[in-house]
Formats: sequence, structure tokens, C-alpha cells
Amino acid sequence: MITHIIVALLVLINLQMLGSSRLGGLIRAVALEALLMGFLTLVIHTGQFTWYEWVVIGSTITVKSVLLPLLLKRALHETVVRRDVEPLVGYSLSLFFGLLFVGISALAVVKMPMPPIHTSPLVIMAGMLTVCTGLFLIITRTKAITQTIGYLVLENGIYALGIALAAESPFIVELGILLDVFVGVFVMGIMIENINREFDNIDTTQLTSLKD
Amino acid sequence: MIRTLLFIPLFGGLLSFMIASDRLRRAVLVLTALCHFTAVFVLWNKGFAPLGDTWLGIDALGLLFLLIASTLFLMAAVYTVGYLAGHPHASIPDKRFSRESIFTGSFIFFLGTMTLAIMSQHVGVFWMAIESTTLASAPLISYQHSPRSLEAAWKYLLICSVGIALALIGNLALVVSAAFDPALHGLPMTFGALADHAGALQSTWIKGAFVFFLVGYGTKMGLAPMHTWLPDAHSESPSPVSALLSGALLNCAFLGILRVHIILGKAGLAMFSNQLLMGLGLLSMFLAGWFIVQQTNFKRLLAYSSIEHMGILAIAAGAGTQTHFGAMLHAMNHSLTKGMLFLIAGNILAAFGTKTVSRVTGIIRVMPISGILWIAGFLSICGVPPFGTFVSEFSILYGLGQSGHWIVMALMLLALGIIFVGMFRILIPMAYGEPSQELPVSPENGWYVIPPLILGAAVLVLGCWIPQPLNRLFAQAASLLGAY
Repeated sequence: MITHIIVALLVLINLQMLGSSRLGGLIRAVALEALLMGFLTLVIHTGQFTWYEWVVIGSTITVKSVLLPLLLKRALHETVVRRDVEPLVGYSLSLFFGLLFVGISALAVVKMPMPPIHTSPLVIMAGMLTVCTGLFLIITRTKAITQTIGYLVLENGIYALGIALAAESPFIVELGILLDVFVGVFVMGIMIENINREFDNIDTTQLTSLKD
Repeated sequence: MIRTLLFIPLFGGLLSFMIASDRLRRAVLVLTALCHFTAVFVLWNKGFAPLGDTWLGIDALGLLFLLIASTLFLMAAVYTVGYLAGHPHASIPDKRFSRESIFTGSFIFFLGTMTLAIMSQHVGVFWMAIESTTLASAPLISYQHSPRSLEAAWKYLLICSVGIALALIGNLALVVSAAFDPALHGLPMTFGALADHAGALQSTWIKGAFVFFLVGYGTKMGLAPMHTWLPDAHSESPSPVSALLSGALLNCAFLGILRVHIILGKAGLAMFSNQLLMGLGLLSMFLAGWFIVQQTNFKRLLAYSSIEHMGILAIAAGAGTQTHFGAMLHAMNHSLTKGMLFLIAGNILAAFGTKTVSRVTGIIRVMPISGILWIAGFLSICGVPPFGTFVSEFSILYGLGQSGHWIVMALMLLALGIIFVGMFRILIPMAYGEPSQELPVSPENGWYVIPPLILGAAVLVLGCWIPQPLNRLFAQAASLLGAY
């Protein structure tokens, strides 16, 4: 039951991100999404938690729903003058695509052969939806910071797929993946500031001097 | 020895961030490269132990790619000493955490992450390592902080991170494919263990996993149509970095695809992965040919040539056992040649101050050694005898014929022909003629000339004679690839 509520909330958050016009709201949404993913791990997991699973869940929530959003907030304050998203695809059309993604994800879950172990189709659907949303945000939003947010959404989606398919990696690997995501977004943040200094904005539609 | 190989770049990198003196830091860079190079040979000498379920281990395939990466890094490190001395960036020299110190540190960490990627046998560790190569090399590309280099670095970071994130879905799919058979419960997710139990893996999921790996690591490897970051990053980064990106990094991503390709072969799905690899390989070759013919920027031209050669490698990996030896040989030849060409391109850029082809003429007059190496590099990259690339390309074409892939062979020859003509028209006029600008003819700096000279000599030697131990290594690596 709790799983269903969380999945419903995740779907709503994804749709909200597609329709959202404010950068601040987008950052809050991605933080909340990461927090819900953390809860989802606690709810889905069967059996006892070992101490290192607690460490992984704790650090995932801390990094993805506290540290990285704070980092993005800081980058936002230092760089952006216009606080809206400036999409290539309008908000209502984006929402329509979001609904399409819901349908595709649901269909894919029904069609795919599922392993006989404990998996939760609804969470797989939510994960696929989140992956699609992340990719869509990266492609259709032009600011460097929205693309970074899209990357975080994509990572959240993959995390959800991981817990839904019970594809747990060993302790070190989980933490290593988390570290890569953290450093990745950190480097993107530094680069956003450099781009802002050089171009006076972080609009990637102006990054067009390199082409054939 | 495996730990030593990882600790050398770790220490060297940390030390570079800490050291204040520019000269000392450059010495650390070359020393790290030398130690790493020596350690690779010590490892080679010791031979391979069976891998078992270890997460970090070395097999013939890994050792070959490690050898390529380490050789290229050593040469690039020597060149970088000259580069850093010739392009002073900091207003105050000898400073901790200056731009140069961050560059040197990232440069050494880049070697460390590539070493980790090559030695990882666990799918998760491999993913981690490949993602960290992106993170370590992004600051290298934007070293000059020019708008163009920032643009290139941003595209590189974003496109590769997203691509590699998709490869993580491939990891998940691999885990799921092993979840169908209860007998596989608790199977360690190492490439070796998966290949050993490949018959019991669920085929739909494993096919899906391969597609995600091909898209994810293919982005990093520069296969068309996921190559879009590559020409930008290669043309805007400092030349020793371009040499490493093209010669060492692309190979690391290729290794990931190869390791999953082996699993598919063992699972009896070789048809599926072979067709995908050959299809993308041909697409890459033709796309590279299209952009090479109309290219006006010589560093971008070299970048597109890397896409072409990654295409050749993909075809050779996907065409069956007859071409695998050629693939291994070609991976090494391409890396040595492309490393040399990018370093020379750096010399041309430093002397003429432009990347535009039409504004560079008479390299031989201005810089005789670089000019001759430029022509030699052109001949080698196009597979003209007596260079090693001729032997490897011929071996691949011969293998294609033997295995009956006549259409692929014909298309590959066509693409090679187009690219030869395109490159000939562009690169050769750059070397001859009167210099376009009044440039002083001065003796060339040893730091700039000796590394490409050594790389060029190595390709030439490989074209005439492959040393016995190296030949054995190629054969062992090829037999790992075609073990199904």
C-alpha cells in the first residue's frame, strides 16, 4: 500500500517537473524525488537490513536529496538572472510527452519477461518513467543547470530500477556509483560557473561555435 | 602488482596537487609515467594467474590495453613537460592548486582511472571506473578556459555522463538476466563468472543489456551516431590530452563492449552482437569519411579519423574469430599512430597558431622533423605499407574475406578509399609548399619531437616485425575474444 502511494507521488513529481517553469521548483522536485526513492528502498526491501545497507541508504539520501540540491541552489544563485526554464518544447506539450512515457513504461513492464524473484512491476514502471523524464529534460531544456538536473533525474530513475529489479550491487560498488554521481554533478557545477563567467549566461543554445 | 599499478597514479596525482614548484611537479609527472610503464612490464613478465572471482585482475586482453595506455601516457607526459613550459598560464608561477597543478593532477588521475577500468573484472567496478575517466578528463579539456574549450568540455561531460548512465541500465539488465535460473543465485557479477554461466542467462534481458552497453560505452568509444562529443573534445583540448583521449580512452570503452560481447558469444547470441557491432562500425566509417572529405580543421580531421578507426575495430570485433587478431593489432597500431599525429598537430598549432588547414603550408620548411613525421603519420593512419596499420588492416580485410563477409569487406574498402583520398587532399598540401607566414626556422624543441618520433618508430617496427612476446599477447587476447 505504501509502495503504491510512493509510486503515485513519483509519477506526479515527474509530471510536475515536465510542466514546471521555475528552476527553484525543479531543484526542490528532484530533491523530493530522491527522498522518496530512499523511502522506497526501506519499504520494498524484504528481510533484515545489514549495517552497510543502512550506510548506503543513508548516504544516498544525504547526497541526492540534500547535498546535490544545495550545490545546484548555490550555482543557481551565482549564475542565473532569469529564473525560468526556457524550454525548447512547451510545457503543455512536455506534459503530453510525460503521459506518453507513463503509457510506454506500463506497456514495457507488461511485455517484458520478469524474473521469478521478488520484483515490483509498479516500481519498475516508475523507474522507467523517471529515466524517460530525465532524458527528456536533458534534451529539451537549454540551460546547463537544467541539463544537470535532468542528469540527476536520470540517475534517480536508474536507482529506482535497481531497487525494483532487486539488482543490488556489493557495498563498495554502490558507494562508488554514488561517489561518481556526486563528483559528476560537482564538476558540472564548477563548469556551469566557468561557462557563466565566459559567456555571461548558462544558455547552452549559445554553445554553438563547434560544429561541422 | 595490480595494487601497485593503481597506487602509482594515485600517489603521483595527489602529490601533483600538493607540490608548489612547477618544475618539480613536471618531474613527478614524468616519474609517475615511467614507474607505471615499468610496472606494466613487470606485470607482463609475471604472466597471468587465473582470474577466478576477483574484482580486479589482469588477463591478456587487459594487459594489451594497459600496455597501449601506459606507452601513450609516457609519451604524452614527456610532451606535456614541454607543453606546460611553453604555455605558462599562471600569473604567479610555483603555486599550489594553480591551474597547472590541477591540470597535472587530473592528468595523472586520468591514467589511474583508465588503469582501474582496464583491470576491473566486475561490471559495477568497470562502470565506476569509466565514469571516473570522464570526470578526471573533463578538466583537462577545458584547461585553456577559452569559450570554445569550455563548450567542448561541457558537451563531453554531459553526453558521456548520460551515455554511461545508460550503460548502468545495462548492468542492471545483466543482473536480472542471471535471476531467472535459481542455480545462479549469488553469482558474482564479474565478466568471467557471467561468461562461464552464459548458457543459463535469460536471452531477452542479455540482448537488452548488450544494446544498453553498446549505446552507453559506444558513446564513450565514439561510435556513430553517438560520437557527437568526440570531434569537439579532441580538437579543443591540449594536444597531449587529445592524444590520450584518442589513443587510450576510446580503447578502454571498447574493452567494456568487448567483455560483454564475449558473454553474448558464450550465450550463443554472437549473431546478435556481431550484426550490431558491424552495423555501427560501418556507419562510423562512412560518417567519418563524409566529414573528413570536407574538413577544414586539422585537429577535427584527426578526431574523425579516430571515429573511423573505432569503426574498423567494431567491425573486426564483430566479424568472428578470423578478424580478432587483426583487431588487437589494429588497436595498438591506431593508438600509436594517432598519438603521434595529435602530438605533431600540437607542434603545428604552436608554430602556425591556427587549426585551419588552408592557412598551414610548408611544414617541412619550417619544422623538418615534424613535417616528415606528419607525412609518415598520414601514410600510417591510411594503412599504407610499411607501417603497422597496413598489416592490421590487411589482416582484418583478409579475415572478412575468409569468413565470407564480402559485403562488409567491400563497404569497408570503399570507406577506406574515400578517407584516403580525403586525407591526402588535405594533409599533404600542408606539408609542402612555401610557408604561408614568415616563420623563423629554428631547431625543434626535443620535448616536442622525441615522443612522436618514438611513437612513429614503434608503428614502423610493428609493420615489419612483431616481437615474439607481443605476438603471443595479441594471439592470447584474440583467443579470449573468440573463445565461444
